[in-house]
Order: sequence, then C-alpha cells, then structure tokens
Amino acid sequence: MNPTDLVDRDSFRDDVPAFAPGDTLKVHVRVVEGSRERVQIFQGVVIRRQGGGIAESFTVRKVSFGVGVERTFPLHTPVVSKIEVVTRGDVRRAKLYYLRDRVGKAAKIKEKR
Amino acid sequence: MASKAIVGEKVGMTQLWDDQNRIVAVTVVKVAPVRVVRTKTGDVDGYSALQVTYGFRRKSTLNKPDLGQYAKAGVEPGRQLLELRIDSVDGFTPGSEIDAGSFLVGDLVDVTAISKGHGFSGGMKRHNFKGQGASHGNHKHHRAPGSIGACATPSRVFKGTKMAGQYGNVKVTTQNLEVIQADPERQIVLIKGSIPGPKGGTVVIRNASKGGL
Repeated sequence: MNPTDLVDRDSFRDDVPAFAPGDTLKVHVRVVEGSRERVQIFQGVVIRRQGGGIAESFTVRKVSFGVGVERTFPLHTPVVSKIEVVTRGDVRRAKLYYLRDRVGKAAKIKEKR
Repeated sequence: MASKAIVGEKVGMTQLWDDQNRIVAVTVVKVAPVRVVRTKTGDVDGYSALQVTYGFRRKSTLNKPDLGQYAKAGVEPGRQLLELRIDSVDGFTPGSEIDAGSFLVGDLVDVTAISKGHGFSGGMKRHNFKGQGASHGNHKHHRAPGSIGACATPSRVFKGTKMAGQYGNVKVTTQNLEVIQADPERQIVLIKGSIPGPKGGTVVIRNASKGGL
C-alpha cells in the first residue's frame, strides 16, 4: 500500500482487463478533432508492461504498411475508452523487444492454448 | 507577507489527470486542521503572526512552559508549536481552527520546508560538477573538483567558490506552486510539482508572495 493511495484511488480504472506481454489488444483511443471526438482502434501486440500503481504503462506494437508502430499508454489514462483482449500469446519473457528485429512470420507470436 | 498559511506533512508524490486528460505530477500534503494557540500583533509583539499547533500529543511528553501556553489558550496540545507570519490576525482567536479549505483550487502558493540532508557532499553531488576521467592515466582523482582558481594573481581562493561541504538540511522555499486540490474532509492538499523536504517532513504552505493575485 502506498501512502498516496488516498489520492490515487480517484484515478484508478476498474475496467482494465487482465493482460500480459504477448497478448494482442484492441485499444480504443479517444481522439479529439476540434470539437468532435471519435474513437480510434489501435490493435497490436503488448511488448511490455512497465511501472506500478497509478503510473503503470504498457506498450502496444503493430506493423502498419510495413512500418513498425509502437504506442505507449498509461494503464489508467482516461484517453483510452476501452481495452479489449483479442488473443492470449504464449511467450517466455516479460519484454518482447526481440519482435522489433523480426519481420513477417518470424514476428508471429504463438497463441496460448 | 502571506495572508493565508497552514502547516502540513509531506506524504509523497503521485500523478493524476486534469480535465484535458493530461498528466499532472502532484505532491500530496496531509493538512490536519491547525489550532491557533496565540495571536501575535504588531502592537504587542512587534509583528503579526499566529502561533499554531496541529495533531495531538500526550500531555506527559510536554514540558511545563509549553503546557502553560496550551493551558492559557485552552487548546489541546499538538505535535509542535510553530509560528505562521501573516498580514493580519483579525478574525483569529486562540482556539480557532484553520483547515485545508482555506486554500482554493488554482491558488498560487509558496511552500517552505527543511530540505533533505545529504551531509558533507563532494562537488559532483552538491554542484553537479562533471568529475574527471575514469582512465587515461587518472589516478585517484575521479570525483575531484579540478581547479579552484588561478595562480599568483589573485593568490587566493575567491569567496563563494563551489566546493565540497554540507548539502541540504536547510530551510528552502519553492515559490508559485499551483494548488490542484484542497480537501478539508480528507485533510489533503495537492500541490502541482515538487516541494522541498523528505516524506513525513513538516511543510508550511502560504499564499504566494510574488506573482499570483
């Protein structure tokens, strides 16, 4: 328990699903354009979860038109409207940085079964 | 001088999101209601201030002079007695209370505390000196400061030259910090950014003497 929990409690989200590195997520990101707001989906593989408490964050990697794109989100940010777990991955380490050096089939993650 | 002041205890730092979903780093200060023990005025004491206390403490741990101060005011003894210099003590009498609600969201404040003590520290820690090379023939001078002045002229070391010495454990004021939240019910004040001192240290929050409104 942290001494600052009293304050953090207001910011914690309770709708974060259990997910781990290797899982494929659909992250629903709220995008504000002028006065309009829409939801953009960022789908990719979780390559790390970092930090703890209110400051915990995770990084999702996808390959878009042949270019690797990584986005890091604070786990409890209000910018993300929803996190959906698409598949569970079977991986042996906590940080999947090796995916950055791989392309095509080699970058595929086995599904947990 | 300040028109509002209060005493608190630094709890630690955390973050929260503002209305535009941006992260704001805040320091949590626990602010228990402070009780006025005595008011000091310009006529009687030469300056105006509030003598206050906060928290609670067993009477047997106090000495008789302090106990007398509390008894005269009819105030329950607190953790420590301290003075808050303010412009005017009008409206305060011994026994009246000040809580976190005296500060409003958006107020600019100055925060005073005793900074973390680092003891006798070298130039690298105390003044962010670079130090010297790890190799290239360096021998036992890796963290040394290097030159501290010229030679025959002036044939002395200038006063104030940055050198090793006591670092920290001095009274430090950080000015113009924004109040993000002030909640008398939960007895907390959230201040944007960092404030001096260790966790658990006593801090004095006053409204900003420069800037602000």
